[in-house]
Amino acid sequence: MKFGRKLALSVLAVALAAGAAARLKDQPATQEASVKELSAIALARPATEKTGAESPPPLVVSDSGPEEMLTRIFSEIEANRLSNALQLTEGLLRQHPNYRLANLIKGDLLLARKQPIDTFGALSDAPADKVADLRAEAIARLAAYREKPPADFVPRYLLQMQPDQRFAIVVDTKRSRLYVYENDLKNGGRPRFVADYYVTQGKLGAEKLVEGDKKTPVGVYHVTANLPRQKLADLYGNGAFPLNYPNEWDKRQGRGGSGIWLHGTPSDTFARPPRASDGCVVLTNQDLDVVAKNLQVGLTPVIISNSVEWLSLDDWARERGELSKSIDAWRADWESRDTDRYLKHYSPRFKVGTQDFDEFAAQKKQVNASKEWIKLKIDNLSVLRNPGKEEVVVVTFDQDYRSNNLNNQMKKRQYWLREGGQWKIIYEGSA
Amino acid sequence: MTSISLLQPRFKQLKTLRAMAIGLAIGFAVPAFADNLPEVQRLIKQGQYPQALEKVDAYLSSRPKDAQGRFLKGLIFTEMNKPADAIGVFTKLSEDYPELPEPYNNLAVLYAQQKQYDKARTALEMAIRTHPSYAIAYENLGDVYAKLASQAYDKALQLDNSNSATQNKLALIRDLITTSGKGNVKPQPTAVAAAPVAAKPTVAPSATLVTSTPGAAAAPVAPVAPATKPAIVAAATPAPTATSAPAPAPAPAPAKASVGNDEVVTALNAWADAWSRKDMRAYLGAYASSFKIPKGKSRKAWEQEREQRIAGKSGKISVSFETPQITINGDMATAKFRQHYKATGLSSSTTKTLVFVRAGSKWLIKEENAR
Repeated sequence: MKFGRKLALSVLAVALAAGAAARLKDQPATQEASVKELSAIALARPATEKTGAESPPPLVVSDSGPEEMLTRIFSEIEANRLSNALQLTEGLLRQHPNYRLANLIKGDLLLARKQPIDTFGALSDAPADKVADLRAEAIARLAAYREKPPADFVPRYLLQMQPDQRFAIVVDTKRSRLYVYENDLKNGGRPRFVADYYVTQGKLGAEKLVEGDKKTPVGVYHVTANLPRQKLADLYGNGAFPLNYPNEWDKRQGRGGSGIWLHGTPSDTFARPPRASDGCVVLTNQDLDVVAKNLQVGLTPVIISNSVEWLSLDDWARERGELSKSIDAWRADWESRDTDRYLKHYSPRFKVGTQDFDEFAAQKKQVNASKEWIKLKIDNLSVLRNPGKEEVVVVTFDQDYRSNNLNNQMKKRQYWLREGGQWKIIYEGSA
Repeated sequence: MTSISLLQPRFKQLKTLRAMAIGLAIGFAVPAFADNLPEVQRLIKQGQYPQALEKVDAYLSSRPKDAQGRFLKGLIFTEMNKPADAIGVFTKLSEDYPELPEPYNNLAVLYAQQKQYDKARTALEMAIRTHPSYAIAYENLGDVYAKLASQAYDKALQLDNSNSATQNKLALIRDLITTSGKGNVKPQPTAVAAAPVAAKPTVAPSATLVTSTPGAAAAPVAPVAPATKPAIVAAATPAPTATSAPAPAPAPAPAKASVGNDEVVTALNAWADAWSRKDMRAYLGAYASSFKIPKGKSRKAWEQEREQRIAGKSGKISVSFETPQITINGDMATAKFRQHYKATGLSSSTTKTLVFVRAGSKWLIKEENAR
């Protein structure tokens, strides 16, 4: 009879593809092909119905998140196999009954059986903002599934992890994605990709500046606590891991606000839209549970970036070597008690609290005058690049200082800034 | 002119044929109980449900398996607002007669009333599986899909079920008219199937009979003169462009194509208007008595269904069309157009083809196809 499963749903696929293309234009060349391919598939679809030819899709349910299932659903839609698409969507909903995006797709697929539909979220008076949120989630998830991080590239930020940091978290706010990397000690501490997850960021995006700006900060952080579900409101879902925002660098830049956490999702929904929090990074509860196993309080780095920069392993090794050399030169020059050489490692803009470079230099000269010998040992070094335009790295280590008249052990954190082709210390203090 | 004079007698003929068929059915199969079920139907019609229930129980006591009797019992329970009992009856019936689509359909209606749309959907899909061309079940299924869609949207967009207010009722089937030969094999259901019609002899019996009777309907557009009733079909003679030379009757009517076009557009307008106004007399009047009813239905069932879908619909309906392409071939005209349908909670655009047959100065719809 008449109410055909019209082709109109293809509009949805095309719209998503177009959105994805727009969103991913900043991607390296390797990824362009796949987006084009998607559009091509969506556009070149034959205009015939293949109702009879539909064979039921295999219903394999994966626990790795809904991306794979969504991808299959949309490719069934692109191929106009809407019964298959509906079956898969219902399978996804059995797994996550309160998954709003899947419910929206289900609604569209059912409505398409009754009447032609021409948009994603085809309900006639659907609230546009909520539909836009779900569409954004679909685009983010589909894109992430198509574009896994390239195998021989690593995030630029993870230059060196200290041996007891087993994992590092890297968040890409533009792509609504959280990546987990392992500190692969067998391979000289090379970061090894483990998994990636969909995340929600602040309602108004990234680069937090002031309290209440509903933005997610960009920088190098670590988790400072593990708050169990029982101690939390439902909003935080299965758990929460506060971050040390604002860190020393944020404070120095005058950034304000607090309470930036990594946390789960409230019980009334499986996932939240890409931009929905007040600045926190939000995972689905199932993903949080997995990620939580890898989080070490006070240790695991959480690096949040607008848009992750990827380095080939060669480039990564070069940057790591360059910094390692600079740090060792700083250490050796301190041991040499040649204060001028030592001070060359510090930026003229160096500042700690109220002490500026000149005051710092004067103090160092005075101290070094009383030294007959200095021995400086550095352990547990971590070197993490700060995301952003300015070239800043966060260097953290255990410092074992010995001299003729003073011994001191501390955990130290320095911010190094690349100035005129040289890495210079712009801040240091205890961590 | 020629057409009308020739159309009329065909009708009379048709009626007698139908009446005969009914007579046959009753005469053969249900001699002893023939008066029982019509009585039950009459009581249902008068709203005397307890009495109807009593009668049907008495009837069933000697024929506990009888499909028609059980079907009516299910209807009575439905009317008495005893959905659980009605569901029980129709469920058993669908188990015993899995080839009958009607019990599934009515089960679906009952489930839908209880907002169990998933169950309604399964039942309707069963009805369609047994009868792939079963129009009422399709339309009901369309409504159930829409309902399920709206539930999914509620969950997706966190709406406060406010749109459950616009609940359109599904069509309950009141007659067990088996739609295919398969169903007719069962002696009991078929025989009695004719009974309800007998109570109102003016309406058509089962669809199988209708389609088999008028030879004209079998040859809708192609101007090939069929053997059955040559006189009638010859009336529908195309004028100038006939390929296979049929009866050389001169066709006086289609003088100018454009005049005919205008007349067809007028008919199209009147039809869409009547639909929009929910004017059932005018709407049904737009259809020729030779209208080829969608498969699997009697004219009566079809009219009832249209009545429910149009007059029974809450809120406004608006039907319009655009870019009609009209081809006239003698006393037949084909109009292909884009139909825009708008009603509360639903709007659709479809490509539709109406085949008109000339009746005097009017054009009446003979076939309706949507795609």
